[in-house]
Amino acid sequence: MKRLSVAILATAIGFGAAGIALGQSESEKEIERYREMINDPMANPGYLWVDKGEALWSEKRGSKSASLETCDLGKGPGNVEGAFAEMPRYFADADRVMDLEQRLLWCMDKIQGVDTADVVKRRFGGPGVESDLQALVAFIANKSNGMSYKLPLAHAKEQEMLSVGKALFDRRAGQMDFACATCHAEEGKRIRLQGLPDFSKPGKEARMTMDSWPTYRVSQSQLRTMQHRLWDCYRQMRHPVPEYGSDGITALTSYLVKMAEGGEINVPSIKR
Amino acid sequence: MKNIIIVAGFLAFGGGAFAQDIPKADPATVEKYVQSMWSKASPEWQARVKLDETQRICSETSNTPSQAQFDAILAREKANVTYPADGNVMGDWKRGMVVAQRGTGGQFSDAPGTYQGGNCFACHELTKEEVSYGTLGPSLLGYGKIRKFEPAEAKAAFAKIYNPHAVFPCSQMPRFGHTKFLTEEQIKDAVALLFSPDSPVNK
Repeated sequence: MKRLSVAILATAIGFGAAGIALGQSESEKEIERYREMINDPMANPGYLWVDKGEALWSEKRGSKSASLETCDLGKGPGNVEGAFAEMPRYFADADRVMDLEQRLLWCMDKIQGVDTADVVKRRFGGPGVESDLQALVAFIANKSNGMSYKLPLAHAKEQEMLSVGKALFDRRAGQMDFACATCHAEEGKRIRLQGLPDFSKPGKEARMTMDSWPTYRVSQSQLRTMQHRLWDCYRQMRHPVPEYGSDGITALTSYLVKMAEGGEINVPSIKR
Repeated sequence: MKNIIIVAGFLAFGGGAFAQDIPKADPATVEKYVQSMWSKASPEWQARVKLDETQRICSETSNTPSQAQFDAILAREKANVTYPADGNVMGDWKRGMVVAQRGTGGQFSDAPGTYQGGNCFACHELTKEEVSYGTLGPSLLGYGKIRKFEPAEAKAAFAKIYNPHAVFPCSQMPRFGHTKFLTEEQIKDAVALLFSPDSPVNK
C-alpha cells in the first residue's frame, strides 16, 4: 500500500511539471488528486519529523536539563495549539518580534541551556545531519492544522516587521537586480515550466503556499521550513547567504503570513 | 517618532488587507534589517546588496517610478551602456544559444569560476523547439525577423541586454552588461541569437 502511494505520488509530481503543457483542466485534476493524497499522513514522510519534534519538545535537554514544555509560543507556556498560525509575534520577555524558529532558539537558550550555536549549525538537515529545528517546527506547525493565519499586529514592533517585510519583498539588489517581487508579483507567471505564486496581494496563491509550509521536499528527502525556502530564494536571487533566524527573514515571513490570512493550514505538506 | 508614524498608518489600515495598504517602512529602518540579515557575508557579497540609485527608486516605488524618477533613471542608465569598440554588436548565435540556455553562476552555492549564463529561457520564449521557457518576459520568437534584421534594431537589442533600464526604467530584467554578469562577447552572441537569419529564433 505504501509502495503504491509512492508510485502515485511520483506520477503526480511528474504531472506537476508537465501539467502546464497539458492544458489547465487536466493538470488541475492531477493537482487535486495530488492534494488529496498528501492529506494522508501515512503516505507523507514529513510526519516522521512531526513525531521527532514531539519527542524533542518534551525531552529534558541542555545544562538545565529542562524540556521545552514551559516555552511560551504566544498562547501561554507549553501551549502549542494554534501558536504557529499567529506567528511571527511580539514577545514581551524578549522585547522582540520572533518567528517560530527564533522563538525556539530563544527557549532552548533560556529554558534549557542548550548550545544554540550547535542547533543552528544543524539548522538544515541532510545526509548525516539531523535538524532539531525542522522537527520542532513540523510538530508545532502541525498543531495549527485546520486554522487560518492571523498575524498579530497590536504591537508597534509587529507593525514595523510587516512594513519592513513588504519593503524587503520589493527590494531589488544583487548582480541581477532581483527582488522577491521580480518573480512573485503577478498571477499566472512561470520560470521555465515552474509556476510562480503571486505574493504581491492577499489571496488564494499566497494562502496555497503558506498553508502548505513546512513541507516534505521529495527532491531533498527532508522536511523544510520557510527559513529554508527563503534561504533558497536568496540563493537564486544571487544575494548573499541570509542569516538563519535573522530579523529580515522574520519580516518577510510576517509579510507572507499577512498575505495568506483566511486560508486553512494543512502541514506538513509534500512537494517536489 | 518613527514608531508613531508607523502606528498612525496602521490605524488607517484597520482590518482591510491589501498589500498596498501596508504602511511604508522608513528606508533607514529597512537597511538595518538588511545589514543584520547579511551580517556575516563577506565584504564583496555585502557590497552586492547595497542599493544603487536606480535599484533604490525601483524598490521604493515597487517599479512604478514617477515621471521625474523615470527620466532620471533613463538618462543615468543610458549613459553607462558601453557598445563594442568596433561597432559590431553581432557575435555567434550558436554560442548565444548556450548563453540563453544556461542559468548557472552568481549564486552563493556556485564554485568560483562557474560559467555565468544569461538564462534567457527562464523568462522568455525564444524558439519553437524549446518548450521549457518562462513567461516573466515577453516572447522573443521571430525577434530579428519581425525587425527585418535592421542593424539599428540589433544595436538597440545590445543596449537592452546590456542595460534594460536604459530603454525602460525599472524593467524587471537584469542589467547584464552594466553589472558585468555577462561579458561583451556573451551579449554579442545573444544579439546574434536574436538577429541571425539562421538562428532558430527566426525560423
